[in-house]
Amino acid sequence: MLADQRKHTLAGAFTGASKSLRFFYTCAFSLLVGQAFAQTGPAEKDELTFGFIKLTDMAPLAIAYEKGYFEDEGLYVTLQAQANWKVLLDGVIDGQLDGAHMLAGQPLAATIGYGTQAHIVTPLSMDLNGNGITVSNSIWEAMRPHIPMQEDGRPVHPIKADALKPVVEAYRARGEAFNMGMVFPVSTHNYELRYWLAAGDIHPGFYAPERGDSSGMLEAQVQLSVTPPPQMPATLEAGTILGYSVGEPWNQQAIFKGIGVPVVTDYEIWKNNPEKVFGMTDAFTKENPNTSIRIVKAMLRAGKWLDDNNNANRAEAARILSRGEYVGADYEVIANSMTGTFEYEKGDTRAVPDFNVFFRHNATYPYYSDAIWYLTQMRRWGQISETKSDEWYIEQAKSVYKPAIYEAAAKELIAEGYMSAADFPDFATETGFRPSTDEFIDGVPYDGSQPNAYLQSMKIGLQ
Amino acid sequence: MSTLILNPTLSDVGEEAMTDPIESTQTKRAEQEPAAPAPWRYSAWSIPPAAQRFLRGASLSVIGILLFMLLWQATANSIDTSLGKFPGPIQVIAQAQNMVEEYDREQQRRVDFYARQQVRNDEMLRNDPSAEVRIRPYTGRPTFLNQIATSLMTVAFGFALAMLVAIPLGIVCGLSETIYNATNPLIQLFKPVSPLAWLPLVTMLVSALYVSDDPMFEKSFVTSAITVALCCLWPTVINTTVGVASVDKDLINVSRVICLPTHVHIRKIVLPSAIPLIFTGMRLSLATGWMVLIAAEMLAQNPGLGKFIWDEFQNGSSDSLSRIMVAVIVIGFIGLILDRFMLTLQRFLSWDKQTVLR
Repeated sequence: MLADQRKHTLAGAFTGASKSLRFFYTCAFSLLVGQAFAQTGPAEKDELTFGFIKLTDMAPLAIAYEKGYFEDEGLYVTLQAQANWKVLLDGVIDGQLDGAHMLAGQPLAATIGYGTQAHIVTPLSMDLNGNGITVSNSIWEAMRPHIPMQEDGRPVHPIKADALKPVVEAYRARGEAFNMGMVFPVSTHNYELRYWLAAGDIHPGFYAPERGDSSGMLEAQVQLSVTPPPQMPATLEAGTILGYSVGEPWNQQAIFKGIGVPVVTDYEIWKNNPEKVFGMTDAFTKENPNTSIRIVKAMLRAGKWLDDNNNANRAEAARILSRGEYVGADYEVIANSMTGTFEYEKGDTRAVPDFNVFFRHNATYPYYSDAIWYLTQMRRWGQISETKSDEWYIEQAKSVYKPAIYEAAAKELIAEGYMSAADFPDFATETGFRPSTDEFIDGVPYDGSQPNAYLQSMKIGLQ
Repeated sequence: MSTLILNPTLSDVGEEAMTDPIESTQTKRAEQEPAAPAPWRYSAWSIPPAAQRFLRGASLSVIGILLFMLLWQATANSIDTSLGKFPGPIQVIAQAQNMVEEYDREQQRRVDFYARQQVRNDEMLRNDPSAEVRIRPYTGRPTFLNQIATSLMTVAFGFALAMLVAIPLGIVCGLSETIYNATNPLIQLFKPVSPLAWLPLVTMLVSALYVSDDPMFEKSFVTSAITVALCCLWPTVINTTVGVASVDKDLINVSRVICLPTHVHIRKIVLPSAIPLIFTGMRLSLATGWMVLIAAEMLAQNPGLGKFIWDEFQNGSSDSLSRIMVAVIVIGFIGLILDRFMLTLQRFLSWDKQTVLR
């Protein structure tokens, strides 16, 4: 099938050249631009609906649509904003959505049966970093005296949860609950917030699904609850929560509205941490192999466009995202984080060039070790109710992360000249495990091939 | 309600319930005027009294609206929200223009989309004449105008569905006191239920029962329409029952004496007498349906004006509030038009052209 397609195009090009110059141009044009008849056969399903949540890291979807990358692959995609992560996941499971911008934990949790059970896979990681933790103005005032200051009077970064600990203790001494918001039980934001709190010796609470307790507040010193991202600022303003962990633009929105202060970005909690993935059902990728490869191709091109020339296109991307059908927040708010800067306190804008990474540092490759980190966090906080073997972690990661589809798409993009081999990991030697890293806020090293040893190195949490 | 049915002045009660108190006092005043006209008006103005009344009414409306706008602009600009100042009429009008321009831009994008597809398809055909090509529907987002159309479709569908059940049920209940007594507790029980309480149940039922490979309607459309139907059923059922039960006893006796068969009795005696009240019920139903629809769309994220408002609220941009305000005005305006439409229909169908309908 594939070979036939290729032969057909080549034959067409040759006969075309001999017959008339004009025909040759058409074919050359189709080879260069269309690529509809390249190695991968035509898409099995060409009208697709993808879901997303209004966050700046949905950018690869918006860009692939706006720049016509989906259409170049013969895909006619409708992008649909979803109300919350649960609705989005259910949409993918029951087939209303063919794929979606997902939290990295979602395909993993669904596959191991935490929450809704369904075999969801991901061939593509959408971005690195891009989240932050914001506290309300009053909590910030209370934290400030405990934060070491630089000579210029600005706080030393990264701000650790050690500064929050006395505030939380004061609340607990008064018998008041200290509530914070995160976006979903298996969200990156939940694990990052927990990691940050635990690194500052604040217990964020355990889940106990085996006892029917899915609140995640067992033994908690800070009560974390779910709030959909776009509602975070309003909930903070209403005083229901005192802080939150969320993706952009909702941290910058707090500054813009003057209702809170972002204290730490996830880049500082774990440098270049994997963030959103593109999730589809296992059945969909098996029934539509060509479509899956074409989707990944289009989104890889979008990711590259977003990172090209040192984020040169980010201002344009922020303009596109500020449209009502995508993220819809004001351009200034989106641009604040997307263009490589991040505003902490009002006026304290610092350069964080890697705050949103969509392509460089192999951001898009679905590393097994990324999946395993999320699985270890699910175990750490009790969402996985019993100790599992190292093999189990690796096996689960392999059933969800699908580098084979990624590799096929990347090789085609290289063959078509859109990208070079240097843009991707060396597929011949890639094992799917990033090298061990200790670039966490507390400096504890993580090696994806040793999940149990990693869990044992944590002070707070299950093993 | 059962005591009401026995009350001969019931139709008045039904009418009165409909009437806006302010409107009715104004009209009463208008009715009184010809009786005690101020003489200088006739000498100073050569305009006929009817036109004069109209002009007076119109100018008062304009003054009312202008005063409201002034008050709105003045208060709005002194309220600071976290999304900037609350929009006054000037910002809202500017935003409305902006939204019309957006619609034009989106139309252009639609045209471009089809043009690109045409080029692609032509190219595929050139490369492979046997290739199957087709034109896919536009994948862009629905604009505000599209959302209005969706909402109108949904409310029409839900309303029609409700009427198909409500009018026959009301007639049966009105004709037979036994059936009325049997169903009345249920009607009274379900009548006050909020649409938002029905919504989760309807959503689940629709996704369980409405299964087909090539569905005629979107599931979200069916969910919204059924929710609307469930909520706008009751005013029509109750008013139809009342209307049918209060048919003139003399007419019923005549029908009995000449032994009219049931269907002729309903068509010739019952329906003509009950029509004014049936329409009163239908107007109330449509108004309820329109209100319910917006809430249902908002909560269930079904396409339509409600979703537009929710999306704008979620966007939290500095334009969001004025865009929501545009939607609020449009919703009110459409509600008004729907009501006037029903009124016209009612006037047209009502046998008693003397009744004052408003």
